[in-house]
Amino acid sequence: MEKITLAHGSGGTLMHKLIDSLFMKEFDNAILRRKKDSAVFDIGRSKVAFTTDSYVVSPIFFPGGDIGRLAVYGTVNDLAVCGARPLYLSLALIIEEGLDRNILEKIVSGAKDAAKRARVTIVTGDTKVVERGSCDKIFINTSGVGEIYYDGLSLDEIRPGDAIIVNGSIGEHAISVMASRESIDFKTKVKSDSSALNALIARALAISKGIRFMRDPTRGGVATTLNEMVERRSFGVAIDEKAIPVSAGVREACELLGFDPLYLACEGRVIMVVSKKDACKVLGAVRKDVNGKKAAIIGEVTRENKGKVLLRTSAGGKRLVGMLSGEQLPRIC
Amino acid sequence: MKYIDEFRNKKLIDKVASEIRRSVEVNRQYNFMEVCGTHTVSIFRFGLKDLLPDNINLISGPGCPVCVTPNEFIDKAIALSARKNMIITTFGDMLKVPGSYSSLEKERARGADVRMVYSGIDALDLAKKNPGKEIVFLGVGFETTAPTVAQSIIAARKNKVKNFSVLCGHKTMPEALKTLTEDPRLNIDGFLLPGHVSVIIGITPYLFLPRRNKRCVVAGFEPLDILQAILMLVKQRTPKVEIQYTRMMNKNGNALARESMKKVFEEYPSVWRGIGAIKKSGLKIRKEFSDFDTDKKFIPKISKPKENRACICGDVIKGVKAPPECKLFGKLCDPEHPVGACMVSSEGTCAAYYKYAGR
Repeated sequence: MEKITLAHGSGGTLMHKLIDSLFMKEFDNAILRRKKDSAVFDIGRSKVAFTTDSYVVSPIFFPGGDIGRLAVYGTVNDLAVCGARPLYLSLALIIEEGLDRNILEKIVSGAKDAAKRARVTIVTGDTKVVERGSCDKIFINTSGVGEIYYDGLSLDEIRPGDAIIVNGSIGEHAISVMASRESIDFKTKVKSDSSALNALIARALAISKGIRFMRDPTRGGVATTLNEMVERRSFGVAIDEKAIPVSAGVREACELLGFDPLYLACEGRVIMVVSKKDACKVLGAVRKDVNGKKAAIIGEVTRENKGKVLLRTSAGGKRLVGMLSGEQLPRIC
Repeated sequence: MKYIDEFRNKKLIDKVASEIRRSVEVNRQYNFMEVCGTHTVSIFRFGLKDLLPDNINLISGPGCPVCVTPNEFIDKAIALSARKNMIITTFGDMLKVPGSYSSLEKERARGADVRMVYSGIDALDLAKKNPGKEIVFLGVGFETTAPTVAQSIIAARKNKVKNFSVLCGHKTMPEALKTLTEDPRLNIDGFLLPGHVSVIIGITPYLFLPRRNKRCVVAGFEPLDILQAILMLVKQRTPKVEIQYTRMMNKNGNALARESMKKVFEEYPSVWRGIGAIKKSGLKIRKEFSDFDTDKKFIPKISKPKENRACICGDVIKGVKAPPECKLFGKLCDPEHPVGACMVSSEGTCAAYYKYAGR
C-alpha cells in the first residue's frame, strides 16, 4: 500500500502528481481546472476570488515572523496574485493540548497586526483543541475572499519575449525557518521575507496593462513556480543566474548545506510576467514599494525550450531547472 | 562570500576556458574522470561542459558516498528502524535511497522513527537527551565524514553514553581508484581528485596513479577550481599529482583527523554498490569500540539483498557507461521512483543528468 510521505507535501513533482491523480480527478470542475492560486468566479455582478491554505510551520516563531502572520500574509498573497483586492479572511486554529496561553496570544496578536498591515478583516474563525501529540503546537487554516479588480491575469496571456520579474531576494523564508528549526547559526542572519504583497501588486497593476500573469513562489520556490508556468505550454523560460537576487545569508546557507536557492520557499515574493515593452516601467513601480526594493528582471519567456526552464549559469554555461523532486535535503559532503 | 564569488568570476572563467581551448591538442581525445560526486554536481550545475572543447570528455566517477552504499546497508538500517525504542539518525541524502525492499523515507511514513541530522555529534546529543531510546547513526561517506564520526564515537566513550552506536559504512578512496585503473573498459587519461578527501589524506595515497600513467590534479569544487584543474591536467606532460586546491590543503593532509580515524576504525574489504568488494577500501569499527558498533550491538538480521538486474548503476559509477545508456533511465527510473542509488542521491550521476541536462 502506497503511503503518503513528506515529499507529497513539498510542492514538487510528487505533490503535483497527487493533486492531478486524486483531487483534480475527484473534484473536477471548470474553476478548479484553471489551477490558479485562488478560485475566481462570479457571484451576482461581482467577480470574486476565494482561496484557502493551511500553515503547519515549525518553529511557530522565527526571525521575521510567526505562524499567525504567515497565515494571513499567505492567504492575502494568493488572492492578490489573481488580481483581487483581499477583503475578508477566516482563521481556524487547531491547538495542541498544553500550549501556553501567552504563546497563543502572541500568535493571535501577530495575525491581528498582519491583517491590519494588509488591510483585511478577519471575520470568522474556528477553534479546536486536540490531544497532546496529535499536532505540533498549533496548526492554522485561513480562507480568504477578495474582489477581482484586474481580470487580465492568465497563463494564456503569456507571450515569448515577455520579461520575468521577481520583487526581491529569494529563499529567505525557507532559510530563516530552517536555521531556527535546526538551531544553525549562520554568520549572516536571515529574516523571513514573509509579507503582504497586495499593495505592491496593486501599484504595478495600476501603471501597466502589460502584466500577463503572477504567482507567489511558496513551496518549491522560484524553480517550481516557473515550471508550473511552462508545463504543457508552447513557450519556455530562460533565466539568468546572475540577475536573480539572493542575499549573502541565503547563499551562505545554500553553499553549506548543498541547497539550490531556486527551490527555497518564499512568503513575500511574487513572480510577474510582463510584456517586454512595460517591463522597466513595472520594475520601477515595484521598486517604489517597501517589499520591492531589490526587484529585478531575472529572465524572459522564450519560443525555444517549450515547456522547460533554462538557466544561464553565472559561469557562462546553460542547464535545465526542473521541478522540485521530493524534498531538498542536505548533502553528505 | 569570500572564496566563493572569486571562484565564480565570469571574466576569470572565460579566460581559463579559452586557455584550455588553446592548450588542447586538436587531434586527440582527453578522458578525465571527476572522481567526486560534488564535482559532478558542480560541472552540471554551472554548465561547465558548454565551456570545454569537444575533445575533452568528462567522466563521472564513484565518489558519491550514497551511490556506492550497497543495498545490504540500507536493508540493515530499515530492519533496525522496525525495532522498539529505536531512533535511526542519518544525513539527509540517505533518507530516499532505495534498499532491496523499501527506503528509510517510506519506513518513516509507516511509523519508524528516522531523523535527519547534520553530524554524528548531533546523533550523540540526541542519545544524551533520550536515555530510554537507542540511537543508531548511519556512518556513510569517505574520508571527509569519517573523522567526525570517529570523534562522535570517542566522545560517546568519554561521556559514557551507552545508547549510541554507529552502523558503519564508511569507505576510502585510494583503493577504489586502483580498481578503476585496472578496468580494461576504462581509458582514463587523468583524474580530478576530490579536494575535501585530500584535505584529510594529503597526496601520498595517490602517488601510485602517476606510476600507472594517470595525470592527477586535486581540485576544489567551484567552477574556476574545476576549470583550472582541467587546464592543469591538459598541460601536464609527465603524469604527477598536482594540487589546485592549495587554499584549503597541503600535500601532507590533516594528521589529527587521520589519527582519530585510525583510533576508531580499521581497514577492511568493503562492498561498493555496482563494483563489488574492494580490499582495504572500507572502514570498520575496531574491537575496542565494539560497544558503539551497531553491527556488534544489535546484529541486524536481513533477507538476502536484491538488486534490479536492468539497473546499470555499477557501470555508471565506474564511468564505463553514461546514464542515458541505461534502459530504465527517465522511464522506470526517475528521482521520484529511483531504481538505483545514482538517481536518488543529489550527487548521483543519473540524478545530475536527469535534473540538469533533462536526458
